[in-house]
Amino acid sequence: MSKLQESLQEGKFTITGEIGPPKGVDLTHCWQEVEYIKDRVVAINVTDNQSSVMRISSQSICALLVQKGLEPILQITCRDRNRLAIQSDILGGYAQGIRNILALTGDHNTAGDHPESKPVFDLDSVSLLTAISKLKSGRDLANQELEGTPSDIFAGATVTPGADPLEMQLIKFERKIEAGAQFFQTQAIYEPKVFETFMNKVSKYGVPVLCGIVIIKSPGMAKYMNNFVPGVFVPDSMIKPLAEASKEDRPKRSIELMAEFIREIRPMCQGIHIMAMGWEKYVPQLLDMCDL
Amino acid sequence: MVVNVPKPEEEVKDLISEYSSIFILGCGGCPIGCKSGGEERIKELENMLVKEGKSVTGWQLIDFLCNKVLVGTRLRNHISKLKQTDCILVVSCGIGVQATSNMVDLPVVPANDTLSSQGMQGLWPSSERCAGCGTCYLALTGGICPITTCSKSLINGMCGGQHDGKCEVEKDRDCGWYLIYEKLKSINKLDNLKKIPKLRDYRKMDVPDSKRNTTRWALEKAIIYEASMEFEKEEE
Repeated sequence: MSKLQESLQEGKFTITGEIGPPKGVDLTHCWQEVEYIKDRVVAINVTDNQSSVMRISSQSICALLVQKGLEPILQITCRDRNRLAIQSDILGGYAQGIRNILALTGDHNTAGDHPESKPVFDLDSVSLLTAISKLKSGRDLANQELEGTPSDIFAGATVTPGADPLEMQLIKFERKIEAGAQFFQTQAIYEPKVFETFMNKVSKYGVPVLCGIVIIKSPGMAKYMNNFVPGVFVPDSMIKPLAEASKEDRPKRSIELMAEFIREIRPMCQGIHIMAMGWEKYVPQLLDMCDL
Repeated sequence: MVVNVPKPEEEVKDLISEYSSIFILGCGGCPIGCKSGGEERIKELENMLVKEGKSVTGWQLIDFLCNKVLVGTRLRNHISKLKQTDCILVVSCGIGVQATSNMVDLPVVPANDTLSSQGMQGLWPSSERCAGCGTCYLALTGGICPITTCSKSLINGMCGGQHDGKCEVEKDRDCGWYLIYEKLKSINKLDNLKKIPKLRDYRKMDVPDSKRNTTRWALEKAIIYEASMEFEKEEE
C-alpha cells in the first residue's frame, strides 16, 4: 500500500505537493523544488505535459523520485496516448515502483506548444479510471489476463469545487468514483464558503478529498486566473491585501492569506494538495503557519 | 452518402423503453440508399413498437432530414399528434437526428448507427455534424452529438476546460457538453448521463467493404425519386 493511501486510510490530514518536469534534460531546478517540499508532503504529483507543453515524461521523473526514496503521484492525461500505450505505461510505472496515479482527461493540444499535433483522447478521465480498475483486477481493457496483478495501485482523480454548472461536475464526480477513483485532488479554490457547499454535497461518498492550493503570487496572477482558468475565482478580499503590500512584502502577505484559508478549510476535508508553481521554497513556512 | 445501418433491435427497444407514445420520422435520402430506412423500415419499426405495447402517434418520411427547414415545415402538419408524443424515433443518420432534436422540443431516439461518410458526402446544410462513430449516442445526449460538438469528442461528460458555456479551444465555440447538460436538464433527462457506456469502440467507425460497394447515393437512383414523388402525392 502506498504511503498516500495509508495516510488517508488512517484518517491523517494528508499533504501532497507537485512538481512540473522541465523541457530538456537538466533536472537541477526540478530537484531543488523537490528538496524544499520533500520532508513536508506524503507524496509528490508529477505533471504530464502540463498545459499541453511538451516536457520530460511524468513517468520518468516519477521513477527517479522512487529511486530517491520519495513517493510520486503519476499524473496521466489522455491527450497523447491511446489505451494500449497508457495501460502499458501504467504497468511499466508499477514495475518501477510507482503506486499512486492521478487520472486526468488533459488540456486540448491547441492550448500548448504543439497545437498542430493529433489529439488522442481514446480514453478520458472516467475511462482511464476504468482501465486502472481493470488492471488492478488482473485483466486489461480487452479482458486479457495479466501475468502479475498491480492490485495495490492507488487511483485518484480531480474535481473543480467552484465549477459552474456544479451539478454536471457532481455527476462526473460520481462517475469517477463508480469507475474506481479512491481519492480526489481539487482544482484551486479560494472561497471557504464555496468549498464548504461542495464538501457538503460530496462527503456522503466517503472518498477523501484533498483541497487544491495554488499560492497566489501577485494581483496579476489572481486576475489572470479569474479570467482564464475555468472554475477558479480569487475574491477581492484576497487580491486587495496583495495589491496593497509592497513588492518585498508580497510573499509574506501571500503566505499569510493562504495559511488563513487552509486553517479555515482544514476541518472540512481530508488534506491539501499544494501547487506552489515556483514558490516551493515558501511551502515549509506556509505549513508551519498552519501547524501542519 | 452518409452510410448508416439499423441499430440492433434490442438496443432500440431499450432506448424507447421509458416512452409510451412514439412518432416515427424517416429520412428519404441516404437511409434509402443504405437500405436502413424508407417506408418499409418505418412499417417494421411500427410493428415492433406496437408489439412492445407502445402507441404510435404517427409517422412521416421526409427527403433529407438534414434540412432543418424541411423538417420543421413538414412536422408542422403533425403538431396535434406530436403534442401526444413522448419521443420521436428517427430513422436517419446522426445529422437528421440532431436536426430533428433542434426543431422539436421532444426527446429523440436514433433508430440507426452512422458509419464514416466515406466517398460522397451527404448534405450538411446547417450546424449539425456527424462523425460516423457507429454508436449513435443521441438518444442519451438530448439529440446533441458529443463526438462532434466536444473538441475532445468526450463521452463521459464535460472536461475542466468549460468556461461560461464555452470550449477551451476557441473562446466563441460552445462547449458541447454544456449544450448537452442544458438540453437534458430542460427535458428532465439528466439521469441519461449515467447510462452512457464509458468506453468507445473505434472499430464501429469502419465501413465494411460490402457497404462501401453496394450502397448508392439516393439521388442516383431514379426509382427513389419516383418513390418519394408518389409519397408526396399521397400526402396531398
